[in-house]
Amino acid sequence: MSAAPSLLKSLDYSVLQQCMHCGLCLPSCPTYLETGRERNSPRGRISLMRAIADDELGATKAFADEMAYCLGCLACATACPAGVDYGTLFETARAEAERSGASSTPMRSFIRYFSLRVLLYRPWALQLQARLLRFYETSGLRRLVRKAGIFALLPRRVGEIERQALPIRAKFSDEVIGLLEKPVGEARHRVAVLTGCIQDIAFSDVNRATVDVLLANGCEVATPRAQSCCGSLHVHNGDLETARALARRQVDALDPSGFDAIISNSAGCGSHVKRYGHLLSDDPAYAARAAAWSSKVRDISEWLVEIGFRRPTAPGPGATPTSVTYHEACHLCHGQKISSQPREVLRSIPGVELRECAEATMCCGSAGVYSLTQPGTAMWLRDRKVAHIRETGAAVVATANPGCQLQIQQGLGDSAGGAVRVAHPVVLLAEAYRSEG
Amino acid sequence: MNDELIQLLGRANVLIEREDLIPYSFDATAVLKQIPQVVVFPRTAAEVSGVLKIAGRHGAPVVARGSGTGLSGGSVPTPGSVVLCLVKMDRIVELDARNFTVRAQAGVLTQAVYDAADAAGLFYPPDPGSMKVSTVGGNVAENSGGLRGLKYGVTRDYVMGLEVVLADGEICTLGNKCVKDVAGYSLKDLFIGSEGTLGIVTEVLLKLLPKPAARQTLLATYGRMDAAAETVSAIIAARIVPCTLEFLDRKTIHCVEDFTHVGLPRDAEALLLIEVDGHPAAVADEAAHIQKLCTQNGATSVRLAADAAEATRLASARRSAFSALARVKPTTILEDATVPRTELAAMIRFIQETAARHRLDIATFGHFGDGNLHPTFLTNERDADEMHRVELAMGEIFTKALALGGTITGEHGVGLAKKAFLRDQVGDASYALLRRVKRTLDPGNLLNPGKIFDL
Repeated sequence: MSAAPSLLKSLDYSVLQQCMHCGLCLPSCPTYLETGRERNSPRGRISLMRAIADDELGATKAFADEMAYCLGCLACATACPAGVDYGTLFETARAEAERSGASSTPMRSFIRYFSLRVLLYRPWALQLQARLLRFYETSGLRRLVRKAGIFALLPRRVGEIERQALPIRAKFSDEVIGLLEKPVGEARHRVAVLTGCIQDIAFSDVNRATVDVLLANGCEVATPRAQSCCGSLHVHNGDLETARALARRQVDALDPSGFDAIISNSAGCGSHVKRYGHLLSDDPAYAARAAAWSSKVRDISEWLVEIGFRRPTAPGPGATPTSVTYHEACHLCHGQKISSQPREVLRSIPGVELRECAEATMCCGSAGVYSLTQPGTAMWLRDRKVAHIRETGAAVVATANPGCQLQIQQGLGDSAGGAVRVAHPVVLLAEAYRSEG
Repeated sequence: MNDELIQLLGRANVLIEREDLIPYSFDATAVLKQIPQVVVFPRTAAEVSGVLKIAGRHGAPVVARGSGTGLSGGSVPTPGSVVLCLVKMDRIVELDARNFTVRAQAGVLTQAVYDAADAAGLFYPPDPGSMKVSTVGGNVAENSGGLRGLKYGVTRDYVMGLEVVLADGEICTLGNKCVKDVAGYSLKDLFIGSEGTLGIVTEVLLKLLPKPAARQTLLATYGRMDAAAETVSAIIAARIVPCTLEFLDRKTIHCVEDFTHVGLPRDAEALLLIEVDGHPAAVADEAAHIQKLCTQNGATSVRLAADAAEATRLASARRSAFSALARVKPTTILEDATVPRTELAAMIRFIQETAARHRLDIATFGHFGDGNLHPTFLTNERDADEMHRVELAMGEIFTKALALGGTITGEHGVGLAKKAFLRDQVGDASYALLRRVKRTLDPGNLLNPGKIFDL
């Protein structure tokens, strides 16, 4: 174990103490729902964190496993009557688990280093990997490899991961969005758009749609080139140090004073970048700037409602009326408390009938890299989600996070039933604007 | 012993790792904590019986637990204990819409009972604040109350039958679906509110009511506490029994307003949330009458909900009271001293004076209709000096409640938290009787020892 002081011990104790273990979080927690064991519940996990802070427990392998089992979906934070900052506790606990090295193996360390400190740290590395993957997916190589049954020879996990590989877009964001795009007529707002990293390579169409709806609502849109990862996956996986470095880079790269808002269309990124002020609060050189930066961040739906977006006069292409159900990304509804705005965007589209699905605010199991690290629970949640979506009979499921979109797409593909389209609300809005002619 | 338990229940239903035991070392009561020896999850009454026999042979105490939402330390483990967690017995066995009953295993959530009844057009009234999480077994063990106590009573009023496992492992069925039944002692009543000290409740047979056809909500604010109390007296004198008659004091109103910004007047001394339910005509009539009584008795404002959405908005001030208070300080201690309705204003004033005398933050809200108050201490358990003053104040509040003819606990139970005050309330003879009952049913003092009283 490292000699550095325990992160949980150096955490402000009142954050831990704020949990009064009333248990009102229990029914909201997916992992507690799965096992019925207190240890797998928010208040159980907090009691373990507190035991470490109190020197009653070491940062054991079991503790590290428990923190890895937590989705970090923050449903408990919504249910909590006492306002416990579970996000901070969870990030600190995951970092503590990493610091202790309780789960460390050479292979795991290598994968962590390569993914968190190379791929997700350097935009060119991610793009290069994405181009290789795109070649694999589109050149016929994938079909060949799958047909040859090569995965049957490899460990099962390799095959599972291959199946979950990102569908890479033919063009990335920088190729479909200009550095500065101006609306027709006078610009009423000036905004910057975050293109994200996964969104950039797998869903550049969502980024394009975001810019389109902003333009249609009188926003002048700046989209800085070669943006790096926001660091959300890093805090989620216990690498606070790299997360801080990425936050500093982001704050340096984009001066918020020139913009009315910084727009995010990915729930996970938005939720994280809204907390830069918190993440860098101990850094005197950055604390104030980071706080100012975060205060400008808006989720795209949040921003559209805030500026009183224009209701489209025509439905999108395709059959109308269209039934749409909405899956709430955890880091939008729990992380940012944004629930009504995406629905408002959907309802504004002529011909759209919004059908609520059961457990709309429950995690789909994607949760960052959770579908890779905890495939069993991730699949269970995915299938539960897909069943609820299918129950509504909706033709489209809207959701505002790339992880959810991939997870649900795959779940729908694996389940019986007709085709259901998965789309970001802003993509549907952009289509409606486009079809106005 | 653990090996025998594993043999009986299977490896997955017996927890012995330290990381598994720590999360079972507390319930929802502040401060109290004790790590158990083992946690087990039985799935049938027979398995519960088996666990009791094994524990009995090894002299290990057994502490029953549902979701661990208790507020008096009733399910906090005793040293070396076996925690018997009933959450896996979570099946609704039968809903009998013709006899208005529901039979559920002990681990079924209270909300699930309510929902099952509701789906059949029926109504299960007891609604403890934790009903989304709490189990019916736990509700029976604590005889839980809720917001509807004034009109609908508490859990006890809905228990028609129980399946109970005794300390020696014997499985007894008590009561039945008959509204009238005088065959032998009403033994089920002995187990209701016994806090796991006399037997383990494994199944409950609950009475249901027809669902009220209509409901109306009013919110009134007052510049004087006495005016609110007089309104309540006037409502009762008019022979109206609201299903909910809730109250917030000035401090709670401030915390709620800070938290929700719903526009409550900060100069208000008291706020009443009143709900009536029943036949639509009666509801309309009673609501209008109550509105008049509020104004006549000096309410500074009265709002009558125009529709269900507004009713929800009005009720949110009361519903968010606990959330609003819980975020003010690190430690929140929710008490439940209860007095006869007529003594409420005096009791609330006394609590406010006590808070000032001991330099404490105490916010009071609660069930004005049935006299059940929730003086809530906003404090910090790491501040030893303040915690000492909390203890003194609590003692004074309990003593005062008893002097006014009240009780130390209206709905949370005695558990560990209020043991010290029980004898003062019930008197020596009744206290001795409690012990005699315990010794008769649990001669080995196996079940939840040291709770309610010491043997």
